[in-house]
Amino acid sequence: MKILVCISKTPDTTAKIAFTEGSTKFDENGVQWIINPYDEWYALVKAIELKENDASTIIHLVTVGIADAEPIIRKALALGGDEAIRVNSNSNDSFYVAKQIAAIAKEGNYELIFTGKETIDYNSASIGSMLSALLDIPFVSLANKLDLNENTATVRREIEGGEETCEVNLPVVISCQKGMAEQRIPNMRGIMAARTKPLKVVEPIEAIARTSIKKFETPVAKSGVKLVDPANMDELVKLLKEEAKVI
Amino acid sequence: MVLVYIDQADQQIKKSSLEAMSYGAAIAKQLGCDVAALVLGTVQDNLADLGKHGAQKVYHLKNESLNSLDVKLHSTLIATAAKNVNATVVVFAHNINGKAIAPAVAVKLEAGIVTGASSLPNTENGFVVTKTVFSGKAFASIQIETAIKVIAINQNSFGLVDYDNVAIIEEINISVPAPSIKITKVDKIEGEIPLTEASLVVSGGRGLKGPEHWNILLDLAKALGASTACSRPVSDSDWRPHHEHVGQTGIQIAPNLYIAIGISGAIQHLAGVNRSKTIVVINKDPEAPFFKAADYGVIGDAFEVVPALTAAVLKSKAAN
Repeated sequence: MKILVCISKTPDTTAKIAFTEGSTKFDENGVQWIINPYDEWYALVKAIELKENDASTIIHLVTVGIADAEPIIRKALALGGDEAIRVNSNSNDSFYVAKQIAAIAKEGNYELIFTGKETIDYNSASIGSMLSALLDIPFVSLANKLDLNENTATVRREIEGGEETCEVNLPVVISCQKGMAEQRIPNMRGIMAARTKPLKVVEPIEAIARTSIKKFETPVAKSGVKLVDPANMDELVKLLKEEAKVI
Repeated sequence: MVLVYIDQADQQIKKSSLEAMSYGAAIAKQLGCDVAALVLGTVQDNLADLGKHGAQKVYHLKNESLNSLDVKLHSTLIATAAKNVNATVVVFAHNINGKAIAPAVAVKLEAGIVTGASSLPNTENGFVVTKTVFSGKAFASIQIETAIKVIAINQNSFGLVDYDNVAIIEEINISVPAPSIKITKVDKIEGEIPLTEASLVVSGGRGLKGPEHWNILLDLAKALGASTACSRPVSDSDWRPHHEHVGQTGIQIAPNLYIAIGISGAIQHLAGVNRSKTIVVINKDPEAPFFKAADYGVIGDAFEVVPALTAAVLKSKAAN
């Protein structure tokens, strides 16, 4: 079994979100970077669990990013995975990124391709779906459980108003979310081993970005909280009905 | 032409798709072109009613095998239909189905895509769509550079617009390929409105001290007809099911009313709820950061305030 896990570098969930260069660029000043939580907690750890069940499993990690993504990919290797591939390019366009990963995927003949359900920075939730179209293979989104039986994966996924279990033949692209696996912390042995695991850097294939970011904005702050006396809930109901008009 | 994909769950058209319909109709008006809906599968709703939300025409591929989500199948058929009608803009709801399908459709149409759009495109100089980024902490204006554009609109961000149209229904005939997945089991959460579709949400945090105290929250939700949600520590402790977890790493919601009970308002939680139109915070700690993001605040003990609020809601309903 060969698994490809897509890894993205994102700002820490507590990072201050600010912009620079005339609000056209994310301000990286003082920002701590992490592995996108969905990629790490669910996609990567699930791949590691599958390898623990079947030692012949090979896990490759892929990221599209410039050299500053290396600490993140090393951290991912410390959790698990056999080798990593970094496509040496930076892009905010999902299609461009998906094209790069699809090229790696084609070359590696992976049976399972995992992504997180979305990244916590651009929230586009697009890479898995695009990969499936580029590779012409099935896509199962929002998976929270997966079992393998030879050439078939049984996947439980979230649907509108509930859950559904489906069977799909490999190869398949799966986007992972809560429930798929439990978060782990890298141990010292993993960290030491990660230093010598192969981290291959490849140049991007030719692809044209289809979108470009023109500017960023931060939301307008609320004008201030109106406090209501805890002994007067009739007043709160009145405000919600007549002022906010929401009930 | 603007083509709007109308998705369904249990053969019912989703509210988020009606919103996407209204959004697509507004784009068509802006561009001076026609707008149509595309429905796959069999639905129980009257499709001509899509006119009430802006559709002039409804293309319907009536085939039972399309009633549940199969991204490979759906994206292939939607891309084919979009090509057949020369669609230049294809609109999706940014809901579970739309998120899964739209990017694959964009690849097949060689289109640029913006998902999680929060307002109408600016078409004065190019085609720029604003979307939420950093889990609701910021917005990005994104230029789509391709001839065909795909947009997935955030739920509860545009609203429903009423029209007087009666849509003309045209059944289309595209051969449906074999499914790529086989559904073996469906578990529906009965009777609840999915959180992302709910217009009223009551949510609880660690301040409620344990799952045994959730009845006061459930009573309030019932009185209001609201859905229930919770913070991450609550779902991590299994006080409430995981699907109720809202926040940066849970579900992001944008209801008309969000009532937060005993939730301090960590930045990760705010990221999931700060697009709510009105936020009410009930917390005994006046320093809770959530008050800064709230419209209305009650500083007090949830165990007293919440039942009193429930009583006030019921009293107000009885008076009407």
